[in-house]
Amino acid sequence: MQWETVIGLEIHAQLATKSKIFSGAATLYGAEPNTQACAIDLGLPGVLPVLNQEAVKMAVKFGLAIGAEVSPRSVFARKNYFYPDLPKGYQISQFDLPVVSTGETTIVVDGEEKVIGITRAHLEEDAGKSLHEDFEGHTGIDLNRAGTPLLEIVSEPDMRSAKEAVAYMKKLHALVRYLEICDGNMQEGSFRCDANVSIRPKGQEKFGTRAEIKNLNSFRFVEKAINYEVLRQIEILENGGTIVQETRLYDANKDETRSMRSKEEANDYRYFPDPDLLPLEIDANFIESVRTQLPELPDQKKLRFKAQYSLNDYDAEVLTATRELASYFEQVALLSGSDPKLCANWVMGDLAAALNKAGLEIEESPVDPQRLAGLIQRIADDTISGKIAKHVFEGLWASLESADAIIDREGLRQITDTGAIEAIIDAIIAENPAQVEGYRSGKDKLFGFFVGQAMKATEGKANPAQLNELLKKKLS
Amino acid sequence: MHEKTIRELSEGLKSKAFSSLELTESFLQRIDRLDPSINAFITVTPERALEAAKAADVALSGGTAGPLTGIPIAQKDIFCTEGVRSSCGSKMLDQFISPYNATVVDRLNAAGTVMLGKLNMDEFAMGSSNETSFYGPVKNPWNLETVPGGSSGGSAAAIAARLVPGATGTDTGGSIRQPAAFCGITGIKPTYGLVSRWGMIAFASSLDQAGPMAKTAEDCAWLLEAMAGFDPKDSTSIERPKEIYSQGLDKSLQGLRIGLPKEFFGEGLDPDIHQAIQTAIGEIEKLGATVKAISLPHMHLSGPAYYVVAPAECSSNLARLDGVRYGYRAENPKDLKDLYMRSRGEGFGAEVKRRILIGTYALSAGYYDAYYLKAQKIRRLISDDFKKAFEEVDVIMGPTSPSVAFQFGEKSQDPIAMYLSDIYTIAVNLAGLPGMSVPVGFSKGLPIGMQLIGNYFSEHRLLNVAHRYQGVTDWHQQSPKL
Repeated sequence: MQWETVIGLEIHAQLATKSKIFSGAATLYGAEPNTQACAIDLGLPGVLPVLNQEAVKMAVKFGLAIGAEVSPRSVFARKNYFYPDLPKGYQISQFDLPVVSTGETTIVVDGEEKVIGITRAHLEEDAGKSLHEDFEGHTGIDLNRAGTPLLEIVSEPDMRSAKEAVAYMKKLHALVRYLEICDGNMQEGSFRCDANVSIRPKGQEKFGTRAEIKNLNSFRFVEKAINYEVLRQIEILENGGTIVQETRLYDANKDETRSMRSKEEANDYRYFPDPDLLPLEIDANFIESVRTQLPELPDQKKLRFKAQYSLNDYDAEVLTATRELASYFEQVALLSGSDPKLCANWVMGDLAAALNKAGLEIEESPVDPQRLAGLIQRIADDTISGKIAKHVFEGLWASLESADAIIDREGLRQITDTGAIEAIIDAIIAENPAQVEGYRSGKDKLFGFFVGQAMKATEGKANPAQLNELLKKKLS
Repeated sequence: MHEKTIRELSEGLKSKAFSSLELTESFLQRIDRLDPSINAFITVTPERALEAAKAADVALSGGTAGPLTGIPIAQKDIFCTEGVRSSCGSKMLDQFISPYNATVVDRLNAAGTVMLGKLNMDEFAMGSSNETSFYGPVKNPWNLETVPGGSSGGSAAAIAARLVPGATGTDTGGSIRQPAAFCGITGIKPTYGLVSRWGMIAFASSLDQAGPMAKTAEDCAWLLEAMAGFDPKDSTSIERPKEIYSQGLDKSLQGLRIGLPKEFFGEGLDPDIHQAIQTAIGEIEKLGATVKAISLPHMHLSGPAYYVVAPAECSSNLARLDGVRYGYRAENPKDLKDLYMRSRGEGFGAEVKRRILIGTYALSAGYYDAYYLKAQKIRRLISDDFKKAFEEVDVIMGPTSPSVAFQFGEKSQDPIAMYLSDIYTIAVNLAGLPGMSVPVGFSKGLPIGMQLIGNYFSEHRLLNVAHRYQGVTDWHQQSPKL
C-alpha cells in the first residue's frame, strides 16, 4: 500500500526578553541554579503575575510577519498539572483565545513552493528543569528557566514529509531570528518542537491516529525522529495493528522513538482563565506601532536580492537565510562596487567554508565586509587572478591587513604586460621543441602543459586570459 | 485605654497623654491575659511590636507622624509578613516564614502602625466559623461557647475582646462581614481591586479582597485610607485617584436612597435580626434617608455559583502547596507521588480538601461548561441585578448573616448549613461590590450585624452612612465582659 505522511509541528520559541514573562527576574542562560528565580518564579504563597509588555510586542511582531490575525482580546489560562519543576502547580498559557491566529508561511522543498498554515501562536511561561544527575538518587530542581516567555507556534497538519517539516522549522527559525524575538539557539532549547505524526493510505481524506513526539531540539533530530516514526507506524498498520494515540520521546542515541504516555494516561489540564490576569487587550495603535518596527522579512529580502543583484533563486535563498548574512553580503556588494554574483560567490564560497571550518557565525567573521570587498575589487580589476585571490584571502583571515597591502608586500600583482608574457612564452617554446611539435600535430591536451610552464615561470601571476590568448597565437 | 477608638488613641498619642510604647505594652499585656481563652492570635510578635512602637514614638516627637503612627494593629495570618510565620491557619504553612511583605502590610507599616501579631483564621480562609483553623477555633468573646464567624474570626474576636483596636481581614464570600456581625464590630470589604492582593495568600483570586476591621466606621475609614490604592504588582488592582476616606464622614444623609431587597428578608432569617435591621433602618431614615423595596431576582443562585467558582479557583491556587519547595512535607516519601499525596493529605484539613475536590471536579474535562462556565454566567446575572438596583438606590441594606453566632460543632458536620451562613454576603463578592457590616443590636446576648452594600468604589458613601448611624447609636461601643 502507498502511505501518505501527515505532520503538524508545535514549535516553542523562547522569546528574547530581558526579564521573565510574569516577573522581573532575568532570563540569561547558564546562571547558577536558582539564582534567577524570584518569589514569583518560585510560586511562593501570595505572589501574583504581571505581564511583560515586551513579550506581547514580540508575539504581535510574529503575528504580523506571518500575515496572521492579532487578537484584540486574548486570555491567559491556567494549565493545571503537578510536576516538581512547575512551581505553581499550573502553567500560565493561553487556551481558547490565543494572541495570534490563522497565519501562514511558504516553504520550498526540491524547488517546489508550498504554503503551510499556522493555526495559532500563543504566549506562555516555561517550566523549570529537573536535574536527575549529581544528587545521589535525588532530583535537583533549577527554577532559573521557570517563567521564561515562550511563543508556542502551532501549524496545521500540512506537511507531508520529514523534509517538509524540516524546511518549515528552518523557515520559522530564520523568521524569529529576523524579527529578533528569539535567539534561535537550539542547543540551549531556545527553539524546539513537538511533532504530531500520522500516516494514512494515499488518497484517504481522514487522518490517521497520531503520535506526538516531544521536545525535538535540532533539525536533524526532527528529520530522523519523523522518519523513524513513519516507518514504525507503517510496520504496525501493515501487520494488521492499530496506532495508539500517545506521546513519544525520541532517543537520539538509539535513533528511535518510544512511548512516554498514552492518551488514557494523559493529564486533564483543567484549563480555566487565570483570575490573576486581566484579558490581554491589544489596540490597533499598538499593532500599527509594532508594524512600523518590522524589519524586511526573509521572503521580501529574497525577492529584492533577485531583482536588485540579479542573483538566481538559490543564491538569494542562501544569502537571506539570516539577517546577518544578508547584511554582510549587501555591505560587500556595496563597498566593492563589483559584480554581485562575484560577491555572492565569495561570501557563499570561500568565506562560508572558512567560517564553517572555524565554527564561527558570520557576525564573528575575522574578515569584515570592508576587507573582503577590497579583495573582490582586485579580482574584478584584474590586479590578481582568482587563484591568487584564494591565497590573499588566507592572508586576510590570518591578519588585519588589507588585500592591497598583502598583494603589494608579496608582489602578487598579475603580469599584464604583453611584452613580458610573450618573452616568457618564447623561452618556453624554445626550451620544449618536442611538446611544441606534438601540440602542433594535434595533441590539444598539451596546451595545459604550456599554461602550467608559464604560470610556474611567473609564479602564477600571469593574467590567465591574456596568457591563453598569447599562447594560442604563438603556438599556432 | 483599650476601649478607645483608633481616632481617640491617635489624639492621645499626639497630645502625649501616652506613648506608643505604653499603648503597645498595655495591649500586649491584655493579649497575654485574655487571649489564652479566646485564641485570636496565632503568633504574637512582642519584640517587633516594641521596636516599632519606639520608632513611632520618635516620629511622634519629631513631628513626622501620620494619623496612624503608633497605633497597634494586627494582621490576619493570610498576609505574608517578612520574617514572621505566615501560616494562613494551616498545618501546611505552619513553618513558613515569609521572605517578603504583602502590600497591605507594607502600607500599614509605612503608615506607622505597630503590628502586635498575626491573627487566627479558618484554614486558607475556608470556613465561616473559624473551626477549620489548624491552631484551634477562636472563641466569640460575647459567649465563649459560640463561634466568632469566619474566616477573619481572629480579627473580629481580637477587636471585640479589645485585644487590638484595629485589624486587617479578607473577604472572599463574607469573611470580613460575617465575623464582624458575629462579634459586634465594624468591617468593610472594599470594591474588588481597591486593595492590593500582593502577598495575600490566595483562596479564590477573583473574589478575594482585603479590608479593615475595627470598632467604628471612622476607624475603618482611617485604616482603609492607608491600605487602599493601586499596586503595579497586582494586575487586578485598579488605577484611580486616591480617596481620603477619613474626611467627609459627617456628610448629611439627606436624600440618601436605601434599597431593601425582598430576597434578604425571606425565609430562614432570624426574626430578632429582622427586627433589629428594621429599627436600624428607621434610625437612618430619621437622618434623612428614604427607603425603597427592590429585588435582586438572581440572589438565590449566588450560593451555587459561589460554590463552583471559589472551589475551582482554590483547587488551582493551592496546587503550589506540594511539599517540594516550602511548607509541610511528608516524612520519608518513597517516590514523587507519595510525596505529593501524603504532603497534601497530611498538610491540609478536611474543609480545604473538600473544596479542592469540588473545584477539581468542576474544572474537569466534560464538566467545565456545565459548572464553571455556567457559574460565570450566573455571576454576570447577579452583577446585572445589582447594576439595575443601583440605578434606583444608593445603598442596599439587609442582614449580614441569617443568624447570630452559633455554637461550636452546630454546623461543622453539615457543610451546606455552614455555607448558608454566608447567604447574604457572597453575592457581593461575585459582583465585586463593596460591602460593610455594622453592629445594630443583640439577640440572646449576641451581636447582630447589618450589611450595607454600595456601588463600585462607593466605600466613602458606605463609611459615611455607617458613621452617621454610629453617631446616633451606641451598639458599636458595647463590649463583652471578660
